[in-house]
Amino acid sequence: MTAPETESLRLRAPGARPRRAWRAQAPVVAVVALGGALGATARYAASLWWPTPPGGFPWATFWTNVLGCAVIGVFMVVVTDVWAAHRLVRPFFGTGVLGGFTTFSTYAVDIQKLVDSGHARTGLAYLAATLCAALAAVWLAVTAARRVLKWRQR
Amino acid sequence: MNWLLVVLGAAVGAPLRYLTDRAVQSRHDSVFPWGTFVVNVTGCLILGLLTGAVASGAAGPHLQLLLGTGLCGALTTYSTFSYETLRLTETGAGLYAVGNAAASVVAGLGAAFAGVWLSAAF
Repeated sequence: MTAPETESLRLRAPGARPRRAWRAQAPVVAVVALGGALGATARYAASLWWPTPPGGFPWATFWTNVLGCAVIGVFMVVVTDVWAAHRLVRPFFGTGVLGGFTTFSTYAVDIQKLVDSGHARTGLAYLAATLCAALAAVWLAVTAARRVLKWRQR
Repeated sequence: MNWLLVVLGAAVGAPLRYLTDRAVQSRHDSVFPWGTFVVNVTGCLILGLLTGAVASGAAGPHLQLLLGTGLCGALTTYSTFSYETLRLTETGAGLYAVGNAAASVVAGLGAAFAGVWLSAAF
């Protein structure tokens, strides 16, 4: 996660000893690992619960990615605008859980498999549908979360 | 056992994404999210190689769960990719946003195809 992590970049001031930088980073790396494991487990559960037949549209990965994009939208509005969260909350949930839950590699390789097995049309539909739905989900989530916050602050 | 393989792979993949992202982002000044781009394309290449290896029988289902579902799944991300794309549009860098979406999909797919092809070639 790029933008959300800018505050941690300051930890490595010029001339700071690497050991001290590592000591500050170790808890962050640990919670990212823990969150990533949780997110990936949930994604794996979804793939077992909703298996994709050969040549079929990968619905489980599609909804996993779209849901993860909607949740990150709400989460980022909450942690940047309202909630002064502990410094490990963002790496744990944003970078770890949601990053581990959603996946780009399975998305790309599933398209390759569909094209390779003669289902290029399904592959193309999956390519476009995921991209459009994911971007729409994050935009709608951010917009809705900001509206709710504005309405509550009145 | 299967669950443990996914957990182990992801517990390595997610921090690897975090550390790679930080290392890449500290090395350029552009607004383009190179860090996420690099991990996503790299993950697509690795998963492509693995998929080819599984298809040819060189790798088994356990390796598929450890490195595919676990490591590559957690190394790559769709949520950060779309959030960063949205942020680019919000900060007036609309062209970068379109460029990020197009380049990520094209390079990710290219890496996946190349990985499968390379695996089959060896």
